[in-house]
This record gives sequence, C-alpha cells and structure tokens, in this order.
Amino acid sequence: MPDYTTIIGLEVHVQLATHSKLFCGCSTRFGAEPNTQTCPVCLGLPGALPVMNAEAVRLAVMTGLALDCEIPAYTKWDRKQYFYPDLPKGYQISQYDLPLTQKGRLEIRDDKERFASKEVRITRAHLEEDAGKSSHDEAAGKGDSLIDLNRTGTPLLEIVSEPDLRNSLEARAYLDELKLLLTYLGVSDCNMQEGSLRVDANVNLHIETPAGKVATPIVEIKNLNSFRAVERALDYEAQRQFREWEETGKKLGEAPKTTRGWDDVAGKTKAQRSKEESADYRYFPDPDLAPVRTSPEQLAKARAELPPRPAELREQLTREHKLSPYDAGVLVNLGRPVLDYFFAVVAKCGDAKAACNWITQDIQRTLKYRDREFAELNLPAERLGELIALVAKGELPTARSREVFEAMIDSGDDAHSVMQQLGIGAVDESELIALCQELLAANPRVVDDVKNGKQQAIGALIGQAKKKNPNADPARIRELCLELIAKM
Amino acid sequence: MAVSRQDVEKAALLGRLLVSPDELEHLTAQVAEILAYVEQLGEVDTTSVEPMAHAVELVNVFREDKVAPSLPREAALANAPHHNEQGFLVPAVLGE
Repeated sequence: MPDYTTIIGLEVHVQLATHSKLFCGCSTRFGAEPNTQTCPVCLGLPGALPVMNAEAVRLAVMTGLALDCEIPAYTKWDRKQYFYPDLPKGYQISQYDLPLTQKGRLEIRDDKERFASKEVRITRAHLEEDAGKSSHDEAAGKGDSLIDLNRTGTPLLEIVSEPDLRNSLEARAYLDELKLLLTYLGVSDCNMQEGSLRVDANVNLHIETPAGKVATPIVEIKNLNSFRAVERALDYEAQRQFREWEETGKKLGEAPKTTRGWDDVAGKTKAQRSKEESADYRYFPDPDLAPVRTSPEQLAKARAELPPRPAELREQLTREHKLSPYDAGVLVNLGRPVLDYFFAVVAKCGDAKAACNWITQDIQRTLKYRDREFAELNLPAERLGELIALVAKGELPTARSREVFEAMIDSGDDAHSVMQQLGIGAVDESELIALCQELLAANPRVVDDVKNGKQQAIGALIGQAKKKNPNADPARIRELCLELIAKM
Repeated sequence: MAVSRQDVEKAALLGRLLVSPDELEHLTAQVAEILAYVEQLGEVDTTSVEPMAHAVELVNVFREDKVAPSLPREAALANAPHHNEQGFLVPAVLGE
C-alpha cells in the first residue's frame, strides 16, 4: 500500500462576545424565544441600513494581533450573494479580498510529545454576519421548515488556517490552542453547544506513487459538533479518500471540490449538495457600509492592551516559577481565573510547585467530588497559601494537611482555626522521643526483629504511634525508633 | 468582452430569474452592449491610481455596542406569507 500524507486546513467560526449584533442594536443573547431579537436590519427590510459595531471590530483586531496577523490599514465589507431561507437579504455581509486581518500563525504542541511542536499558518481572520436558523418541525406546519432570525447578524470571526495540519492529533491541538487563546482574550465564550464556535475541515491526501506524488480532490467536512467529532471525521475521511482513490483514481482537478456532512452516530461522512464556485457568490463591495481605516497609532494601542497569551503564560510559568512544561500546560488549560488564583497563592507562600500541585490535583479532585465549579470554591487564595506555608514551616504535618484542607472548605475557616478545632499542631521532638521509647518498651519483639535485620517490623509501631498522637509524623517516628534501637 | 447565451442563462439562474428563450436572446444582446459601454473605461491609463474599493470617501462609521429594543414578534412576522406566530414557515429546507 502506498504511503500518503493527510493535508488538513480548518475554518473556525467564532461568535464574538458583543452585547448587540454586528449591524444593529438587537441583542445577541442565546436562548431567547424565536424571532424576538430582530429588527428591520435583521429582517432585510427595504431601506434598513447596517451600521458597524465598534466593539466587534475591536475584538476582531485583538484576535488578529494575538494570532500574529498583519492588520492592513484598510478593510471593507462585501456582499456574498446566495439564496437560502435563513438569509432574508439574499446576501451575507462578509469580507472578500481585503480582510481585516491576514497572514498570522499559531504554534501547536503536544504535552505527551506525540508530534513535534509546529507553527500553523493563519491565512486570514475576517469579520462577517451570521445567518438565521432553520429547523424542521413536523408539528409546526406539515413538513414546513421553521425559520428563526434571532441569530441573523450576530458577529462572527472566520479564522482560516493554511493546510498545514497533517493528522487528527494536530487538528485537535490546533483547535484546543485556538479555543484557549480566544478564551484568554475574552473575545468569545467558544461554547460549541450554543453555536459560538463552529468548525469546518478541508482535507485531501498526497499519495506517494511510483509515478510521483498524487493529490486527491479536496473535501470540505461540515456538521462537526465537537472537537472529538473533528478528530473522528478526519480519521474516517482520510481512509475513505484513500479507498476512493484506489477505486476511481480521481485526482485533484479531475473532480470538483465536494462537501460532506459528518454523521456522528454512524461515524461516517456523507455527500452533500455540490459546493458553488466562489465566483458564483458574485461578491461585490457593500455600498451600505463604510470601509474601516486603522492607523498605526490605533494598532500600537491595541497591541499594548493585548492580554498575555497562553503560550506566553506557559513560558512565564516554566521560566519564572520553574514549573515543568507539563505542569505549566495543565495550569494554563484550567483557565485565567485559576491561573490568577495560582499567582495569588504563590504570592502568599512562595512555593510554585506546591501551589501547582494543590491547585491542579487536590482542588480539582475536591471540586469534582463536590460537583462544584471553580468559582464556587470556598477557599480564598491567601488561605491556601497560608496552608502551604504552614506545611513548609513544619507547623502542620504533611500527613494531616489534606484533612485540614477539606475542613477549611467545609467550614470556611482559616488554617489556624481548623488546626485548633482538630487539635492539630506540630509535635515537640522530646514528646516524640518519649512516645517512641514508650512504644519500644511495650514491644520487645519488634525491637528484637529490628536487631535481627527486619527493619520493616517498625511498621507495626507506626500505627500505634498514630493512635496515641495523630500529629506524629510517621517518617520521623520511624527514624527515631531506628535510632533508639541502634543505641540499645 | 464576449457574452454568451450560457453566461446570461447562468446569471439568470443565480438570480432566480425565469427567462424565456426569446428574452434570453434579447438580454444577451443587451448585456453585451452594457459591458461594451463600461469597457471603454479600460482605455484610461490607471497605472498610478490606487484601486478604489468603495465609492464613498467616508471611513470608520461605527455604532456603540449597546442593545436597543427589537421589534415585537407580531411585527417581525407581519409580512411573512406563512408563519406560526413563532417563526417564518417556508417549504422544507432540504439537502443538509
């Protein structure tokens, strides 16, 4: 079987986090009753005129800068014409030849190093309006489709990658990193269930044959409802294209670009209506909208206001806080609020590794167990910092720190009060020695066993020591007992 | 620029216009005349002229991101040939 390489490019549509629509004041809130968030602009009524939402342009520029895109000084909007019931004007306002941002890049990496880190080129990210929603409801009208125009005119940023991805793992990593970036920038909530983030994939194969490299016709996959679906669809489609090439021998250019829909239940892509050629959309500049000119000063200001990107934050965590790349990745993936919490904990206790462990392990575990969101966590960062500091100073035995942690969350008290309530305190060394002497005197067999080389016999004493004094550090008890026996 | 009957037929299809064979003949000739007229502009030397993307000089016309009241649903649906008081009803959307 000949070798082949899978060539993947992704188109991601994200809904920008504005309050109002792109060209009118209607709300963009999700979940409203159908057709209660429309106006003459949304409905495409004659004479209605669109006016650009400044915030949508600001968020789009911010995203472009974060993707290292060029932001051309001049951009305009075009009409993309096609007929569909969810598009009342008969055209979508989009951007054709002069997009708001272009030629960027996004680095992708894998924590488990299943692929080498690489840069994915971004072709462009342009601003456009969303269409309405059609649903087929038998009960509504004997086989009619129901059109809801609430979503019409919602601002979308279409982010198009170059075909730089080579397998479903890389595609997944690209989507994860892009979503993380957009979430950190606060430009979109990226909620796939509510349609705030949608993915289309363009895929074909480069097959090595004795006669040279052959490319298969490009297929666009739609209806990808989750990142997992993207991975599965790409894996399926690569194999399907290879089988098709074996059967038909069709190469790129010999068959038109086709669109296939992903069926998540069947685990297959299925052919859809043939895609219209780009020229068929008859793009032309929208005369209702003024172009946008961005000055170097405005760009410099936007660049200065750009919040730190996930990649920069990971770098900061490994360089300044000496965390491993893996830990830094896990922490950044938990989101900006958790990361800010981490910084606050470190400011209090000075121990980044301990803070990271508590936050990525104990806190995540307890949130999951209690079925709580991070925002509901009843443990201010200063208090966790204090807890870590108490362990570091030896005032709180490590063995009981988790108990204190849970009790702090239950009661809302600080570490000191919880330790008092539980009777936890550092045990004086002389107290420990006395305890060990008492145990050895009561257990002469253990002493004999140890003298005969069976050090593990000490284990029996540790349990007894914990019963007599719960604060006793097991490791120290073991050491002391061995020292005392050696002197006997 | 030569315009064929097929070009006009395709434009009519894309614009959802029903054109009879007689009209198609007539329109092909007219479209050819219109294009020939506009083509005269090609004689002007524009090598040092920046391409114009828009007919107006105006740039940067924005509105603030503020929510304004929407139309009542009855009003939004008022002009629809068919509706069910919640949404517009159209012949079944196929092909998805």
